[in-house]
Amino acid sequence: MDRELRVLLLSGIVLAAFTVPAQAQQAAGAEPATPQVVEPRVKRRDVNPPGLDTENWEAGLFVGTISIEDFGASVSYGGRIAYHFTEDVFAEATIGTAKAGKTSYEDLSGSAELLTDSERQFTHYDLSVGWNALPGEVFFGGTRAMPSAVYFTLGAGSTRFAGDDHFTVALGAGLRVLANDWIAVHLDARNLAFETDLLGESKLTHNLQFTFGVTAFF
Amino acid sequence: MIRRLLIAAMLLGTPTANAAAGSGPVVVQDPYLELRSGPGRGFPVFHVVDRGASVELLRRRTDWIKVREATGTSGWVHRSQLERTLTPAGEPVTLPAPTLENRTEHRWEVGLVTGGLEGASVVGVQGAWAATPTLHVRADAAQLLGDYSNGWLGTVGVAHVFAPHWRVSPFVGIGGGVLYVEPKATLVQPDDRTDSTAYAGLGLRGYLTNRFLLQAEYRQFVVFTSRDDNEEIDEWTVSFVYFF
Repeated sequence: MDRELRVLLLSGIVLAAFTVPAQAQQAAGAEPATPQVVEPRVKRRDVNPPGLDTENWEAGLFVGTISIEDFGASVSYGGRIAYHFTEDVFAEATIGTAKAGKTSYEDLSGSAELLTDSERQFTHYDLSVGWNALPGEVFFGGTRAMPSAVYFTLGAGSTRFAGDDHFTVALGAGLRVLANDWIAVHLDARNLAFETDLLGESKLTHNLQFTFGVTAFF
Repeated sequence: MIRRLLIAAMLLGTPTANAAAGSGPVVVQDPYLELRSGPGRGFPVFHVVDRGASVELLRRRTDWIKVREATGTSGWVHRSQLERTLTPAGEPVTLPAPTLENRTEHRWEVGLVTGGLEGASVVGVQGAWAATPTLHVRADAAQLLGDYSNGWLGTVGVAHVFAPHWRVSPFVGIGGGVLYVEPKATLVQPDDRTDSTAYAGLGLRGYLTNRFLLQAEYRQFVVFTSRDDNEEIDEWTVSFVYFF
């Protein structure tokens, strides 16, 4: 034990005697290839440009006509809001209303009213998925080219008409033209199809809607 | 600018959101930057900006960013090209974008739902928060449109996704909610009813891309009615889901 301790101490002294002058010599001599004393631990920060305006939402109003099956054509108006996921795919919520006219039967018979005034209000909403199938540009005059897209939408929703809510399948096609970077003009054709038994037997009605709309991206 | 905002406010009541704030210049690192005439891959490249030049980022729409060169020429550039640009401080520009990891590491899901519940059609929205890739907290609201009654259904619940890293994964879920039923006037039992309900369900979900998935689900509901017997009803739905 005693001997081991002595060997340890001795070897410590010998080691120190060799290394200290060596270090001193190194410090005094030619500079070594700059040792990296501190490893840089600073991770590069990712910079998302501040203030870059992401404009994937689109909202606006539309007006046009709707042909309500058996009840003639009426003025239709409403609003839409859309979110563009990619340049190809978007989701859209639409709400619209119109006042239905009279059936031919009501006109001819003169008196018999099928629906009350409030029941003639035709209000519909739908949630749709849209696909910008044909993107492109339209040319206005000789100097202006505006980005455009022909799109198709498919969705489901509800129509309140004749005192009842009807499950509605909305199938649409439209043209969107960007007037500038953030205002778009829409021409839309949609078919709102739902089943109703209003006139006796149950049947699927197709209600075609043609509208002109203006939206803003934000 | 002010006039444009006023027009926007008048047109749509969306006043402030369109202020296109520039975000400072970035320096091009690619051999060149392709400027397109519109925000899409089909639009023609009409101008290129050389390496070392600086451009200003104006606005972003989906994966496309409108940039303006010092000379005033502006056009749309794809996000991926701008990720190889540097800020004046020499730091890389990052623009958030979905990757394959997004499939398992996303936090939120929103979707459009349609389907059927005991003969009635279902249309609604759903949302989910991914507490972990396999455990989701969900909520949904739907309108029910049937031949004999209409109504509303709102639920909250949890779902377990077995293998979120698979392209198609099964999942199971349980939850509870409220069912409001409004029978049509011609029926014998014309009272509106609001009942609490609980469900157990199973389904399949499959990724369409790194941002979308399609989900099909079957749920069995137990409706806790005020009558003697509870009612059991089935629902099946399909939904189109966006995750981020």
